[in-house]
Amino acid sequence: MNIHEYQAKALLKGFGAPVAQGVAIHSADEAAAAAKQLPGPLYVVKSQIHAGGRGKGKFKELGPDAKGGVRLAKSIDEVVAHAKDMLGNTLVTAQTGEAGKQVNRLYIEDGADIARELYCSLLVDRSVGRVAFVVSTEGGMDIEAVAHDTPEKIHTIAIDPEAGVTADDIAKISAALALEGAAAEDAKSLFPALYKAFNEKDMALLEINPLIVMTNGHLRVLDAKVSFDGNALFRHDDVKALRDETEEDAKEIEASKWDLAYVALDGNIGCMVNGAGLAMATMDIIKLYGKEPANFCDVGGGAGKEKVAAAFKIITADPKVEGILVNIFGGIMKCDVIAEGVIAAVKEVGLKVPLVVRLEGTNVELGKKILNESGLAITAADDLDDAAKKIVAAING
Amino acid sequence: MSILVNKNTKVLVQGLTGKTGTFHTEQALAYYGTQMVGGIHPKKGGETWTGSKGETLPIFTSVAEAKEKTGADASVIYVPPAGAADAIIEAIDAEIPFITCITEGIPVMDMVRVKAKLDKSKSRLLGPNCPGILTPEECKIGIMPGSIFRKGSVGIVSRSGTLTYEAVFQTSNEGLGQTTAVGIGGDPVKGTEFIDVLEMFLADEATTSIIMIGEIGGSAEEDAAQFLIDEAKKGRKKPMAGFIAGRTAPKGRTMGHAGAVVSGGKGDAESKIAAMEAAGIKVSPSPARLGKTLVEVLKG
Repeated sequence: MNIHEYQAKALLKGFGAPVAQGVAIHSADEAAAAAKQLPGPLYVVKSQIHAGGRGKGKFKELGPDAKGGVRLAKSIDEVVAHAKDMLGNTLVTAQTGEAGKQVNRLYIEDGADIARELYCSLLVDRSVGRVAFVVSTEGGMDIEAVAHDTPEKIHTIAIDPEAGVTADDIAKISAALALEGAAAEDAKSLFPALYKAFNEKDMALLEINPLIVMTNGHLRVLDAKVSFDGNALFRHDDVKALRDETEEDAKEIEASKWDLAYVALDGNIGCMVNGAGLAMATMDIIKLYGKEPANFCDVGGGAGKEKVAAAFKIITADPKVEGILVNIFGGIMKCDVIAEGVIAAVKEVGLKVPLVVRLEGTNVELGKKILNESGLAITAADDLDDAAKKIVAAING
Repeated sequence: MSILVNKNTKVLVQGLTGKTGTFHTEQALAYYGTQMVGGIHPKKGGETWTGSKGETLPIFTSVAEAKEKTGADASVIYVPPAGAADAIIEAIDAEIPFITCITEGIPVMDMVRVKAKLDKSKSRLLGPNCPGILTPEECKIGIMPGSIFRKGSVGIVSRSGTLTYEAVFQTSNEGLGQTTAVGIGGDPVKGTEFIDVLEMFLADEATTSIIMIGEIGGSAEEDAAQFLIDEAKKGRKKPMAGFIAGRTAPKGRTMGHAGAVVSGGKGDAESKIAAMEAAGIKVSPSPARLGKTLVEVLKG
């Protein structure tokens, strides 16, 4: 689950991280009052969408010469003008795709005098099974390009969960970022605070790009991107309250209510599978036969009939879907439950496109019997290869 | 022979009294008499678990007590996500040698905590978010469907649960059968990696060929490929086929498994396939041709 920059900064501020003063607004009418709360004379007006590359992004409605999604303002009037220009319009960045995202919230922030821009993120380093700081002196730009072109400029410092962030760890991070003086002093409280926030809130990613050294020598979190581990949301009601559903695909929201993993893609075959590996393999084999999936919905293990029916309905709700492939190899998931769920969903929403079902594994005979006796127009497939061929053939007519 | 589990393995169930634990324990008991020796429930110690066919198992208050009274050397965990990490830690503290955690959806930070504990222990953890392990006609731990297995010569190791079944199903259909199939699980922080299992398969005489199934994200497949190259230099090498799921996955999207995300060109399918091919593994482009690909390798 992702949150907005202003929410991330408020959260980090609560853990003691240095952030600029700022006010979030939902309408241009609030802009002047928001800016008046800040010291000035420099302000930054920032689009709040769940995607990066906002500064270089372009508003669809404003033409190619208009300014991007993050703008400087030198007066309150300028803040108001920018707010009117940006709110309600669609920002297209390198990460939003061509459709872009509508800007419904702005964050008006106190400007900063920047001496250096650094990169700092925290994530779980799977190779050691620990939380790691990933830092670089090359902040403010696309970190993946830095990693690709100059990997020696990226430093990873993994933290022992039993010891926490030690003085030695701080020294290593500070050295990697070439911090001196006041910034090196700030580092002693900032890095443990970030680690604490990451741990206590079950974050999946905490990215500060850039972390800046200001001309007064102190550190400041200039941008912050936080995403949370979806599996840990059950113990963080405060985090759940930060969810902005307007940023998410309606079908993905519906899927998450049922605890289903739904991914929208660009093709025209809807896929219901169990397991992420099988989901990806199903997608791979459909492409081998020349078609593309429209989506896939992973029902995981242990789903009940109602959940399977919900998954089927979500898949069929996509107008791009011209055919459906159900590919289940049951272990924890029982084939008879899948069969009953599919039948229940079809009875409710109908079946307007070809449906190919491949069942294998736990209770497979029972599942096949239920489908056969349902009287529905279902094409049965013997194995994965057969299933992919049959659904592609059905769509090609 | 086999690896990790065989007919002598005595298995405890943590989370036996739930619906999932009950169903899969019944399946295990029905699978060539896998030695399920007891369940754990903090409040139901002393009671008896009864399956749908009248099977019974004693319930103990703690893993330590159960281990002492049954001589169990393995444990399987079906505890829901919020309590699963504590269940693993209880098994580690009780010094259970081989722990399998089936539970899907454990918070990553919980696994970071488990991993720190595990690294200092004598236990091996398989999973979490895995289908378990099965040695045909001897022992079934976890949720793999027993009916698709056949005793034979192929060692199978996979990050994906359902693709493990594909490999098993296809090698059974080709008449090769399996020594042991191991699902290591799709979570980013886990107990057992490819290298651990490959080492055991290389050492196991009955295993004469290996199938390895990876997926996008991380670098475990690349690490495993390097391990195989290094072992081959020492003269340890077995015929291998493989598959990488997610070749066509859109970049930057999480594909269901927390682990299966590609970023910055690292951990993508092409890099993994190239590494595996360099280690002498024949990588099938289709998940439906794992068995046939291995047969081609064996025919030379």
